[in-house]
Amino acid sequence: MLLDFEKPIADLEAKLAEMKQQLDVERNEDLRLAVRSFEDNILKLKRETFQNLTRWQRVQLSRHGDRPYTLDYIYSITTQFIELHGDRSVRDDQAMVGGLGTIDGQSVMFIGQQKGRNTKQRQQRNFGMANPEGYRKALRLMKMAEKFGKPVVTFIDTPGAFPGIEAEERGQGEAIARNLREMFMLKVPVICIIIGEGASGGALGIGIGDRVLMLENTWYSVISPESCSSILWRSWDYKEQAAEALKLTAHDMLHFGLIDGIVEEPLGGAHTDPVAMSRIIKNTIISQLTELSAIDPLVRIDQRIEKFSSMGIFQE
Amino acid sequence: MSWFTRKEKNIHTPTELKREAPDGLWYKCPECKKVMHTREHKSHAHTCIHCNHHEKIGSEEYFELLFDNNEFTELDTTMTSQDPLGFSDTKSYPDRIAATQKKTGLRDAVRTAHGKVNGMEIVAACMDFSFIGGSMGSVVGEKIARAVDHALRNRIPLLVISRSGGARMMEAGFSLMQMAKTSARLALLDQAGIPFVSLLTDPTTGGVSASYAMLGDFNIAEPGSMIGFAGPRVIRETIGKDLPKDFQSAEFVLDHGFLDFIVDRKDLKNKLFTLFSMLQ
Ligand SMILES: [Zn+2]
Repeated sequence: MLLDFEKPIADLEAKLAEMKQQLDVERNEDLRLAVRSFEDNILKLKRETFQNLTRWQRVQLSRHGDRPYTLDYIYSITTQFIELHGDRSVRDDQAMVGGLGTIDGQSVMFIGQQKGRNTKQRQQRNFGMANPEGYRKALRLMKMAEKFGKPVVTFIDTPGAFPGIEAEERGQGEAIARNLREMFMLKVPVICIIIGEGASGGALGIGIGDRVLMLENTWYSVISPESCSSILWRSWDYKEQAAEALKLTAHDMLHFGLIDGIVEEPLGGAHTDPVAMSRIIKNTIISQLTELSAIDPLVRIDQRIEKFSSMGIFQE
Repeated sequence: MSWFTRKEKNIHTPTELKREAPDGLWYKCPECKKVMHTREHKSHAHTCIHCNHHEKIGSEEYFELLFDNNEFTELDTTMTSQDPLGFSDTKSYPDRIAATQKKTGLRDAVRTAHGKVNGMEIVAACMDFSFIGGSMGSVVGEKIARAVDHALRNRIPLLVISRSGGARMMEAGFSLMQMAKTSARLALLDQAGIPFVSLLTDPTTGGVSASYAMLGDFNIAEPGSMIGFAGPRVIRETIGKDLPKDFQSAEFVLDHGFLDFIVDRKDLKNKLFTLFSMLQ
């Protein structure tokens, strides 16, 4: 799967592969130099493209079909992982996953929205849109982590909390609201990482952390560009404009002080090098946990509350 | 901060003027289409004397209904929105704010105050739907947060009356984080054991329903109010099915276990007083 701005790069890379094949056969010095300069050109084009992405292009990258999802990261950064299921009330919501994993020798409770890669999986994971029982499962696991003194790491990747009849019957609003309040009081360190889409309350429902980080090519806002377009312009056609207006990228959110940091992606995006991306995420988690563990739990809670309490721009 | 009474207030809006029109004017119920004296409608807490339809009233009317002799001290009266994103759709956000302020006489979509209910001191926050659909931006979040802090500092009960379509898109990320901010302050109130009643009125949806409106020790609602996280249009489009009758009504939400009770507006003041008294 290629996005329109990935296409020129992919075309050149295909040509490069051909040249390299030819080089293997011919061993020609001129060709060797040509390959090297061609490689430089591709790198230059890649850098140029990815340094000048529009906001909408970042949204496209955040939804890229080849992008690693929550369980991909969990399995690649942990040495062992035991998935835990269910909210102990209604059912197991497969759009929200969680469990205990070992990272750098310590146990961590991982929680996150899970998307599917093919039609069947996408249905099973409900496109990463959790129901209330998903948020309640997440809270159950967070409380369990607190009980056993283990830190919490959440991976956020959702187009929103699911808008459905049963979701409303079972209190979608209440489930998210409760998570917000309870996450503020967790006595263990909490790190939240937006790895793809961070849409509205559905994302925030597992997004109250001592550190809130965004991968470079992700978005986080109160509404998706498409929905924003349909409400404000009464048409789906203004999504690029809406993405610009919402200022929803990692750089925007950091600039506004609404997140704590950006996690760099490999050049070309997380999907072009999932191994490198996982390594970066793993190192980030380890270093942040070291910092956070040194803080007294009550001070950590105070800082968490104060950080979010200071968010807002107004005049009096 | 100063004491306010109705007579001293200089902010009036066209709709308020209409509601306070001299005796002899008639009010026509939008639900049952029957007609009654404006004064009679008002003396019934702005509910229909025929079908009990609850008119969508704002902070001015609620404060008058709740506070003894309509005396209360309003908090943070000067707070107004800024435009952190430089947001513009068909109109620039500052223009939209200015126009709405002029039209409604309000500063933003919530007013907060402390005063007495049957002699008992409480803090109340009340949203105004007439201000950009009661949408929650930085001002709403900050004023609610400070109302919570006022209750906490003075150890007095808190009432929040919600009537909101959800987040204020023009403040994007800032708007989203107001859900977090208000929930943070309510976590502290919860810990301190100070009672919080959340009254959900027609409509309460989106980000407000997924934060403070659903975090009351007591979540209560006016009859017939539309309450939900996702809007009915979005749900219908997502699932491709028609929605059941009375879906997302206060009665539906009560049935499913997310409300403590439904309160007739005429009984609101006394019921609140009784509830808070029982907790003392
Ligand atoms: Zn009527």
